[in-house]
Amino acid sequence: MKPSIPAEELLRPGHQACQGCGATIAMRYALKGLGPKTILVVPACCWTVIAGSAPRSSVGVPLLHSPFAAAAATATGVKQALVQKGDLETQVMVWAGDGSTYDIGLQAWSGAADRGEDILYACYDNEAYMNTGIQRSGATPRGAWTMTTPDAPGSQRPPKDIGAIVRAHRPAYFATATPAFSEDMVRKFQKARAIKGFRFIHVLSPCPPGWKYDPGETVSLSRLAVQTGIFPLYEVEDERLRLNMRPAKLKPVEEFLAPQGRFKKLTPDQRRAIQQDVERRWEAWAA
Amino acid sequence: MRRVEATDALPVQLVGDQPTSENRTGDWRSQRPVIDAARCTGCLICWKYCPEACVTRTDKVPVILMDYCKGCAICAAECPRDCVAMQPEEAA
Repeated sequence: MKPSIPAEELLRPGHQACQGCGATIAMRYALKGLGPKTILVVPACCWTVIAGSAPRSSVGVPLLHSPFAAAAATATGVKQALVQKGDLETQVMVWAGDGSTYDIGLQAWSGAADRGEDILYACYDNEAYMNTGIQRSGATPRGAWTMTTPDAPGSQRPPKDIGAIVRAHRPAYFATATPAFSEDMVRKFQKARAIKGFRFIHVLSPCPPGWKYDPGETVSLSRLAVQTGIFPLYEVEDERLRLNMRPAKLKPVEEFLAPQGRFKKLTPDQRRAIQQDVERRWEAWAA
Repeated sequence: MRRVEATDALPVQLVGDQPTSENRTGDWRSQRPVIDAARCTGCLICWKYCPEACVTRTDKVPVILMDYCKGCAICAAECPRDCVAMQPEEAA
């Protein structure tokens, strides 16, 4: 049978991600979309480890490690070096977690977006500092357990609206993606590759140890995040938004929350508030 | 533009590019996926969703490379025909 996504494999087995890691499926698809003429810039995040300890590498493309706060600045330099060498084909992609994107590296990518740097910035968002042991980040959903929000009511602040922050920079392209929708995700990386200027893809990446669920459920949770309206799939070009998936009827958010141990202590009131929040935001999406 | 040359003070050295495939992560596994070849339609969904990229495409029934499979069970959960069974590994 012909595969529905490119067969070429740039992710290598033997990497040291946790069992069922969503961020490795995400990287597989990103590289299927971008192809071998790609250079990755990775700040401190889970992928710092997954990339492999030298001299081993888990990806078949060059990968540069950068300090936490400097991924987009590093990528700016890599891109400029390629231009100086006359290489206008190789794509430079930042591959950063939510800690680096929402918090520590925000000013660097904001600057790169403002300068209109010709780079692709992908944030694989597992909604906390997972690599250092599950500390709350600016992406952690309200009510979630983390090591730094251990007691009820969990994380007390809502996550930052990264889509709104990115779109306020008027990037050349913005999209959301998640591994359950493989074809959609690969297509978005292919599309981003062909666009010039600052491009940003926000990838929701389920994390078995951080979200506390069985590793086999990574893809189903990725799917439920979209089907419940918690993580809408959309893309923005020329400041025009297009919803990619419009479920006729949203599933109850409880289907997404229930399998995850990080939401175990939510009260019925908190669960209702999450449902209402999704419905309120969905009305704006569906309009 | 001034070029930076390698010197003793500033060695320019390429990091090696040995694949991580040298790591046999299969020994993390406590359960192994077994595909029921009689019912498998070769739809490649297990290949598509594997976080290890260790499912090999064939003309029909995919082959899972047990040297790398960590036993996450995503293939078993996602198989539309429900024909991947997770079996406990024998204690070593």
